[in-house]
Amino acid sequence: MTLLAIDDLQTHFFTRSGILKAVDGVSLSIEPGEVLAVVGESGCGKSVTAFSVLGLVPNPPGRIVGGSIRFEGRELVGLPARDMRALRGDRIGMIFQEPMTSLNPALTVGDQIGEVLVRHRGFTRRQALTRAEELLDLVRVPDPRRRVTEYPHRLSGGMRQRVMIAMAIACEPKLLIADEPTTALDVTVQAQVLDLLASIRARFGMAILLITHDLGVVAETADRVAVMYAGRKVEEAATARLFADPQHPYTRGLLGAIPEVADDDPAMGRDRPRLSEIPGMVPALDAMPPGCRFAPRCPEAMPVCRTAPPALRPAGGGVAACYARQDDRPSLEEVA
Amino acid sequence: MTGALAFCRRFARNRAALAGLVLLLAILLMAALAGVLFPDDPWDMVAQPLLWPGQDGEYPLGSDLMGRDLMSGLFHGARVSLAFGFTATAAALLIGVTAGALAGYYGGLVDDVLMRITELFQTVPPFILAIVLVVILTPSALTIVTAIALVSWPGVARLVRAEFLSLRGREFVQAGVVLGMGDARLILTQILPNALGPIIVSASLMVATSILLEASLAFLGLGDPNLMSWGTIIGAGRDALRSAWYVAALPGAAILVTVLAFSLVGEGLNDALNPRLRNR
Amino acid sequence: MRGFASISALSRHFPRSHYVLARVAKSIPVFLAIAVCNFILLKLAPGDAADVLAGEAGSATPEYLAALKSQFGLDQPTWAQLAHYVGRLLRLDLGWSFRNNQGVLALILERLPATLLLMIGALGLAFILGAALGVLASRHVNGALDNLISVVALLFYATPLFLVGLGLIIVFAVHLGWLPTGGLTTVGASYTGLRFAVDVALHLAMPLVTLALFFLALYARLMRASMLEVFNQDYVTTARAKGLSEGRITVRHVLRNAMMPMVTMLGLQVGTLLGGSVVVETVFAWPGIGRLAFEAVMSRDLNLLLGILLICSVVVIMANILVDLAYAWLDPRIELAR
Repeated sequence: MTLLAIDDLQTHFFTRSGILKAVDGVSLSIEPGEVLAVVGESGCGKSVTAFSVLGLVPNPPGRIVGGSIRFEGRELVGLPARDMRALRGDRIGMIFQEPMTSLNPALTVGDQIGEVLVRHRGFTRRQALTRAEELLDLVRVPDPRRRVTEYPHRLSGGMRQRVMIAMAIACEPKLLIADEPTTALDVTVQAQVLDLLASIRARFGMAILLITHDLGVVAETADRVAVMYAGRKVEEAATARLFADPQHPYTRGLLGAIPEVADDDPAMGRDRPRLSEIPGMVPALDAMPPGCRFAPRCPEAMPVCRTAPPALRPAGGGVAACYARQDDRPSLEEVA
Repeated sequence: MTGALAFCRRFARNRAALAGLVLLLAILLMAALAGVLFPDDPWDMVAQPLLWPGQDGEYPLGSDLMGRDLMSGLFHGARVSLAFGFTATAAALLIGVTAGALAGYYGGLVDDVLMRITELFQTVPPFILAIVLVVILTPSALTIVTAIALVSWPGVARLVRAEFLSLRGREFVQAGVVLGMGDARLILTQILPNALGPIIVSASLMVATSILLEASLAFLGLGDPNLMSWGTIIGAGRDALRSAWYVAALPGAAILVTVLAFSLVGEGLNDALNPRLRNR
Repeated sequence: MRGFASISALSRHFPRSHYVLARVAKSIPVFLAIAVCNFILLKLAPGDAADVLAGEAGSATPEYLAALKSQFGLDQPTWAQLAHYVGRLLRLDLGWSFRNNQGVLALILERLPATLLLMIGALGLAFILGAALGVLASRHVNGALDNLISVVALLFYATPLFLVGLGLIIVFAVHLGWLPTGGLTTVGASYTGLRFAVDVALHLAMPLVTLALFFLALYARLMRASMLEVFNQDYVTTARAKGLSEGRITVRHVLRNAMMPMVTMLGLQVGTLLGGSVVVETVFAWPGIGRLAFEAVMSRDLNLLLGILLICSVVVIMANILVDLAYAWLDPRIELAR
């Protein structure tokens, strides 16, 4: 049975200045033990998708307005808060982007890890601390006996992320959601953390939903990749296939296939998005173009692209939402 | 200019701030019209002493222990109290902004010395220090303003210092340095104007606390004997606090409204200056 | 647990007692600086310092004035006077209150307990109730309850202390007759034990509430802001991802961190509180330092006033030491920052 099946998920933010459709009809699925990477620029909705699974989207202003999320066959959208809490940290673990701020500065590392076991496994505090020590050892934190009694401010970023991982896997969840787990870390530490995630997956056989903007991370870790752009999935394929034969122009942009580099565009300045190979900007969530959302930046855009959004169709061994990659694409006359 | 417009719009959208502004204008109007509506000296003993409000139509708010018209006192008191509030705040700003600017701009030893002094002033209980100062210098408008300013400036100094520290390294200041501007010019024309927002916000709150401080001093008999502020009326009413409580309560209520008005306006200014922080 | 941790961790070079000592040592220069300020104030006063010290000219005998002069070394140059003065303060010799015919320090120490009772009670009430209201408001942001708390807090904030006291007296003492209008105990009654405690508590109620309301408003607003701030922190999301309930998150992860600015505020407010107690004690004839200050103002007993200023500053310094210790206990990161 599919472990996690997200179908046509729509998560919107209701703000003063209008409705922001952060996730606008996204479908994803993960099999047990599989690593699915979701990639895209910041603001494409990948993190909101991940937060939606655990019901952690801040409400207000955010809310899941449509679609379904089934975990082990059970519908999570609309699940009572109590049942959702029972899943969090137990069946589904999560780690976050900022290890420096994701740990409570006023509680010891051991207490923060042990808390999960007290909550879900009914451990006593003493039992939980013993287990926390083992978990720290498992995530390769040196000298776990000492670390367990320490406060987070004494740990480096990489160590803190290991603590976060220990916390997330304490109950041996079936699914681990990792939201940009290496973004805030130094390059050498990134590799170690990815290594750790791979070995943990191998050991516990848990599936991982890996949210990242870094294709290097994807290549090393993921079985399958879904590419998101402006709240939608634009392409999905097995990792090797995607790298070998990207279908969507956006994916190819991400992979650096587009020769013109906008790097020296002074207008982009310091706040240039991380994936700077693609000229132009992600459209604002409240000002989406009517057709394909990538069309304004797309080097291959055709008139049809600006009329109606393309659907996901089989392409190159995966699926892609692009008129240029579909043999049965409608002509302009048909659409008009 | 569009910034100023957006600022006004944000301020106007804040109902509490608008209410504060209306209250403030009413109080300013009271002060402005005192001489017109009550041309006679508020110190004149015109009525029977201890008239309760409503007892005599000619003196709707009654009279105090000496038979002075309380309504007239409140209007004239608005003048004096506001004047105390504004001058003491101006004086405190002068000290606080200077100290904070020097500390934040020069850093190092200057900063150390000035901050130690600031800490010292924050350790000594402000109101008690104000009492001692006024007693030593004998109560008069000048000494009261001096005392209030001397106990009020440390907060401003810290605020201005923090602003200067963060603005110091910004591009437009560095540009000024490159252009060869002198320190005084940089401080006055480049940094200070950009730190003005928070200074104005804290100034509006300081006017309120200054009025409160003056009233508290006057309550203890340390008001200027020649000026009738709200505090003076309260001080005079202290002896009959239990029997003729309205004598102290009326100017007390006036102070309440004034402090409320300045707080609301100050908060409104703050919210309008930092739209990001609204709803926090 | 915490104690064990602090002993076991190798890098914690500073056990708590050292921290306390270091903190106390740090406040000695502050005390000296305040002593110097006091001297400057003394010098600022018009007329002969001996007159001032005796409490306004004319009331002291010439012999007493002469004794004062040599006692304070007033016939010596200014710097020697300063050294002399500071030296006396360090020996806790605050001089003599001619008006009260009693030593200044003895006079103050006699009144200090009443003020400390009032102060600690008011601060405790304001802190606990303020924190509770702040938590409540933050859990209903922009809702009816939040708005109500905001409005009430603003009113408390804006109302002059004496007006609150006056209102309470009119309602609870004059009209309802439930509470005594002033003083520390019932005059003439010599209660002991529990009766005494109840009697003091009844007398304490109104001054305590009067003094507390202003600070209650401050703490409620600060706690609300602080709670909202902490609820936005990443580690709260982490706690949610662990499956903890909102109640447990509030108690275990948010409260403690949200308390930190509250504790800082506590230290900053002690001086203001002492000032407020001058007004409150005057209104309620509460026999503490504030009332003593009022009496000193009335009789222009400057030496007594300066003594009160000094002792109150010492109270603030000690309160700040306690606050710093509380903060270090709340925030484990402090050990690094020191």
